[in-house]
Amino acid sequence: MKLIVEPSPHIKSNNSTDKIMGRVLLALVPALVMSIYIFGIRALYLSIVCMGACIIFESLFRRFVRKDTEVDPSPAVTGLLLAFCLPVTLPYYMAVIGCFIAIVVVKQLFGGLGQNFANPAIVARIVLMLSFTSDMTYWVKPFWHRDDIEIDAISSATQAVDGITAATPLMLEKGEEIPNLFNLFMGYHGGSLGETSEFALLIGFAFLVITRVIRSVTPLAFIGTVAVGALVTGADVGLHVLSGGLVLGAVFMATDYATTPVSLSGKFVFGVGCGLITLVIRFFSDMPEGVSFAILIMNILTYYIDKFTFPKPFGAVKGGGNDNGK
Amino acid sequence: MNKNIKILTKGIIKENPVFFTLLGMCPTLALSSSAQNAVGLGVATLIVLICSNVIISLLKKLIPAGVRLPCYITIIAGFTTFITLLLKAFLPDLYTELGIFLSLIAVNCIIFARAEVFASKNGVFESALDGLGMGLGFTLALFIMGTIREILGAGTWFGLQLPQLTEPMTIFIMPAGGFFALGFVIAAVNKFMKKRPHNISCDNCPHKAMCRRGEED
Repeated sequence: MKLIVEPSPHIKSNNSTDKIMGRVLLALVPALVMSIYIFGIRALYLSIVCMGACIIFESLFRRFVRKDTEVDPSPAVTGLLLAFCLPVTLPYYMAVIGCFIAIVVVKQLFGGLGQNFANPAIVARIVLMLSFTSDMTYWVKPFWHRDDIEIDAISSATQAVDGITAATPLMLEKGEEIPNLFNLFMGYHGGSLGETSEFALLIGFAFLVITRVIRSVTPLAFIGTVAVGALVTGADVGLHVLSGGLVLGAVFMATDYATTPVSLSGKFVFGVGCGLITLVIRFFSDMPEGVSFAILIMNILTYYIDKFTFPKPFGAVKGGGNDNGK
Repeated sequence: MNKNIKILTKGIIKENPVFFTLLGMCPTLALSSSAQNAVGLGVATLIVLICSNVIISLLKKLIPAGVRLPCYITIIAGFTTFITLLLKAFLPDLYTELGIFLSLIAVNCIIFARAEVFASKNGVFESALDGLGMGLGFTLALFIMGTIREILGAGTWFGLQLPQLTEPMTIFIMPAGGFFALGFVIAAVNKFMKKRPHNISCDNCPHKAMCRRGEED
């Protein structure tokens, strides 16, 4: 019998980037179906435009810098996540600009898959939000498409049609009626494409946790912090958890491998930090929503979280472990 | 003569203070949100730079080495005050637009760098040429940045309305867009000049102990 002595890792899994990204895409499908149901067929078109543009930008850029041009499914995930952060009426060219920012600026210029400093879809959403504020905050009522209204008539925010817009629940003034919890949970309210239906997002969350693509600690810490914070300050807990981009961000964006801490305790710190920043922005700033900024800020802090929570390698000697074996 | 032309042109492209030595970042990012402000500040800096270079070059033997920086800043601040008052009198609109950054020319690191590196070691004529070249390079950089940011961010150029194909992207006239635009312009200039970036070392990475990336090289 031949014995082989070789350095770790000894346990190999047959996971690959393609497989993981495929599972994330699959986990996003329920939310896509719900968004088509709630906001009409344009939600599907917008998603396809975003996914297609991301894949095209990725392969064009890789060709431009003469890297190998094999494209994995990750740009499709980025595109779909970006589409989920956009209002259904957004003009297509603006979505394509967002895809350019996500893929070329945030991802490829920093070195491609696994090297990006922040979540590409989050940065793209923030850039679009700051650039095209009126179009990015134009929310239509759920099921507006059943009233036979031309999309062209509302695609420009300057020609607002009465009775079509609906503030997202976080933007409601005091005294206005808050949708009941069931409607909030199912997603029957104004908002971005994929963020409204917590029901569909939680199906995706369960799938990702069961297939062990993500650890549940970040989303739970994130959502838990927001819930506790809302409870302590006397705000409406259901409203704060079930509206806005909280669940979408916590499940699909705060769990991105490249931009979040590696260790379990680091992931917990990351989630709590996201929750706290979200609360601060929701309560004290003039913006209605803070999930995207919270995740971006914590993405940037990930380096430090990693530094302080990095687990001790098995058998490492104190003071001698960091010299890379030299 | 050839040498003098070299002194003049090196500041414009080869040693451009903004794109290659990365000096004067603060005014570059803060005032390049419109082409007009950018060129205004660039020209004001150019004038101060030439005058201070000439005076410092003239006084280089009189200034004791130990107190040279206070002497430089006195000279530079003097010319800055002069420019500030001139603008206030004749171009009050530009004066209001540039605001605090006009006075901050006094501590602009490009002017300091040229005084320290060039004017204190070279003759008067060369120093004037050097100031002109560096000032033109700074103005050119600000003009490029201002043009990109104003066209993309506001849809105008020197205040003129351009035909609008899409809605302007407001982020380009915000500070974040300034950093983006600067990064892209520097990347393009490096590409054009065929400069290679430095290798980034793995020393500060928290994953260094586990990572095997460095061992492959």
